[in-house]
Amino acid sequence: MALLVDKHRPRTLESLTYHPDLSARLSSLAASGDFPHLLIYGPSGAGKKTRITATLRALYGPGAEKIRIDSRVFLTTSNRKLEFNIVSSNYHLEITPSDVGNYDRVVIQDLLKEVAQTQQVDLAAKQRFKVVVINEADSLTRDAQAALRRTMEKYSPNLRLMLLANSTGNIIAPIRSRCLLMRVAAPTEAEIMDVLAKVGKKENYKSCEDLERRIAHDSERNLRRALLMFEAVHAQNDNPSDKTSIPPPDWEALIGVIATDIISERSPARILQVRAKLYDLLTHCIPATTILKTLTFKLMPKIDDGLKSEVIKWAAFYDHRIRMGSKAIFHLEAFVAKFMRLYEGNLLGMDIDFDD
Amino acid sequence: MNNFFDIRARQAAAAKGTAASSSKQTGTTENQRLQPWVEKYRPRSLDDVTAQDHTVTVLRRTLQSANLPHMLFYGPPGTGKTSTVLALAKQLYGPELIKTRVLELNASDERGISIVREKVKDFARMQLSNPPSGPAGEEYRKKYPCPPYKIIVLDEADSMTQDAQSALRRTMETYSKITRFCLICNYVTRIIDPLASRCSKFRFKSLDERNAGRRIEDIAKLEGVALEDGVVDTLLRCSQGDLRKAITFLQSAARLAGAGQVTNREQKKPKRTKIEDAEDDDEDIDAMDVDAKASASASSTAVTVRSIEDIAGVIPNATISDLTTAIQPTGPGTLYSRVSRTVTSLVADGWSASQVITQMYDAIVLSDEAIGDWQKTKIVLCFSEVDKRLVDGSDEHLTILDLCLQIAGILGAR
Ligand SMILES: Nc1ncnc2c1ncn2[C@@H]1O[C@H](COP(=O)(O)OP(=O)(O)OP(=O)(O)O)[C@@H](O)[C@H]1O
Ligand SMILES: [Mg+2]
Repeated sequence: MALLVDKHRPRTLESLTYHPDLSARLSSLAASGDFPHLLIYGPSGAGKKTRITATLRALYGPGAEKIRIDSRVFLTTSNRKLEFNIVSSNYHLEITPSDVGNYDRVVIQDLLKEVAQTQQVDLAAKQRFKVVVINEADSLTRDAQAALRRTMEKYSPNLRLMLLANSTGNIIAPIRSRCLLMRVAAPTEAEIMDVLAKVGKKENYKSCEDLERRIAHDSERNLRRALLMFEAVHAQNDNPSDKTSIPPPDWEALIGVIATDIISERSPARILQVRAKLYDLLTHCIPATTILKTLTFKLMPKIDDGLKSEVIKWAAFYDHRIRMGSKAIFHLEAFVAKFMRLYEGNLLGMDIDFDD
Repeated sequence: MNNFFDIRARQAAAAKGTAASSSKQTGTTENQRLQPWVEKYRPRSLDDVTAQDHTVTVLRRTLQSANLPHMLFYGPPGTGKTSTVLALAKQLYGPELIKTRVLELNASDERGISIVREKVKDFARMQLSNPPSGPAGEEYRKKYPCPPYKIIVLDEADSMTQDAQSALRRTMETYSKITRFCLICNYVTRIIDPLASRCSKFRFKSLDERNAGRRIEDIAKLEGVALEDGVVDTLLRCSQGDLRKAITFLQSAARLAGAGQVTNREQKKPKRTKIEDAEDDDEDIDAMDVDAKASASASSTAVTVRSIEDIAGVIPNATISDLTTAIQPTGPGTLYSRVSRTVTSLVADGWSASQVITQMYDAIVLSDEAIGDWQKTKIVLCFSEVDKRLVDGSDEHLTILDLCLQIAGILGAR
């Protein structure tokens, strides 16, 4: 059975509940015919993909929803075979370059040129151009982004790109210059509650405003997460009330345990225990930077106000280290050790740690 | 269900396409006119190139003398580098010869050492094509000088490896009699010295206000878009000298205001429908520049300053001042709770971090007179570190939170 997130995904621009101004802009662009390349950015779970899918429908009609998945093989320059999946309809196709890692440039070069040089199969298509949606565009390598530049200009009669990203920081300036940037803000808690109420009604859930409010709050304005929690709570409780607890995902619960561990005992032995848990998280593919950030924000309510700026400072420092370095566990552990020292120093009433 | 990777479907479609071409022509012409404005208004000749006077003057001279050095164009995105070389090539060779005389390789082409060598070699070796003979040829030559060499354009050359660049040195020399190279890049430092020193360098400046402003006004007029006072200035400010960006912003704002919707779909002349190769279309578009102006519909409203800022991702002043208020030493609740709440909502609203720090910098370092100089000295250090981290891909939430708390710390330590 489909998850709620997919089952009740709005399919047209008109049925999107929040950001009406954004929907209006997209539909006026879609109606005008001279649609630009788009770079859509915003936090995850804000509904970027839903909006794009609805825009495709506005551009091409319901045919854009008839999608299929093809497996394609690409040959790299070193003659290695690369296999990956492409989702496509008659009018558009969709790729996630991180699926092909450092070979993304090859894929981009070949694929986009191929798309650009083929004609619309459907002669009744409403647009002459086809759309290529690139998910997680902020993880494209620089080379791959460079490869997009002239392609976006030269083939613009036949091809439009829609790039999806969490932020524009990792998109090179020449690409930003070629796109219309569109920010999709995360829905507010009230907007999330609104969506939950609507979905709940369709599913015949017993409505419980307080619970929905708590879910909206706990989701940190991430609609996808809110819907997943909503579904989980209702799956586990036949009759949920405003007191029903909302279980966090396993990994998040484990990070909560780590935070308590660290606060309750600051010692080398404890670091060892924590390390085992960190490894556990890493082997379950939770990104190190997510672990660090989640841990930091779980520690915050447990410490003195005077200490908070300093802890954030080191969290930001080690986050940077994780990205630049190669062994995530080193930096996670270093953060834990650093935190313990700061915490001890604070207990003793000393500023022992202001060495940068 | 058909799919466009399906060769059979494509062939069938192509066949049907030719059969149905007469009835389809109308539709296709419309679509050609519905190009993004940046392409629609790409300069067609050197005269159209705005604000690069020096470069244009020098290049125009080469049209007369028919002599051309190797060239290196460099400058920020959207300042006309690619457009200039394409316009030059068109004026030198005309539509007939340009295909055989000009080779363009860009970052989307495979450009390893051996490939560059092979491609360049093959191209350079090809016999020089000639303009059509007879009186038609004379006519052609009058319009286009057709100098006796070919041009190889290496666009986006900053993404070529050093090795591939070194390999070019020899090639450049070997074929220098019959070929000219034009290298284009954003950062001149990415081009190895031996190559750069073989070229005449042309710097493309960020477009200055006056000229770029005129170009924007012209486009607005051609498209029948009304602009509120100050829109042109706002466009220039928000696009920071990148004309391509400014034009895209303008187009999107115009659509939002309902201006220039192409409601009036009368045709000038039919055009061919075949689109085997998208590059061919360049020529077709030449003819279509102006006819959209008729469509300024009465219902449309003028493009506003705020709509431009919105599209450009400029953060409203109120939001920035929430942030600068939160970092003051005194206020409701604890410092951390104030700052973290504001930053969390800023991040959830999806504002790009670089925009946040740019506007914070303006608000705190440039405009806030109440902050002492020694404090500002410390604050700029934080900005420097944060900018670097963001470029390295650090988490935006943690990084901005850290920046704000550090500034708050500096402001609190009186
Ligand atoms: N000097 C200019 N005069 C007129 N139009 C310009 C100029 N510069 C840029 N434009 C507009 O911006 C578009 C892009 O310009 P162009 O492709 O030449 O940029 P570029 O310098 O090659 O940028 P990049 O470094 O990103 O490749 C053009 O199609 C045109 O509409
Ligand atoms: Mg260019």
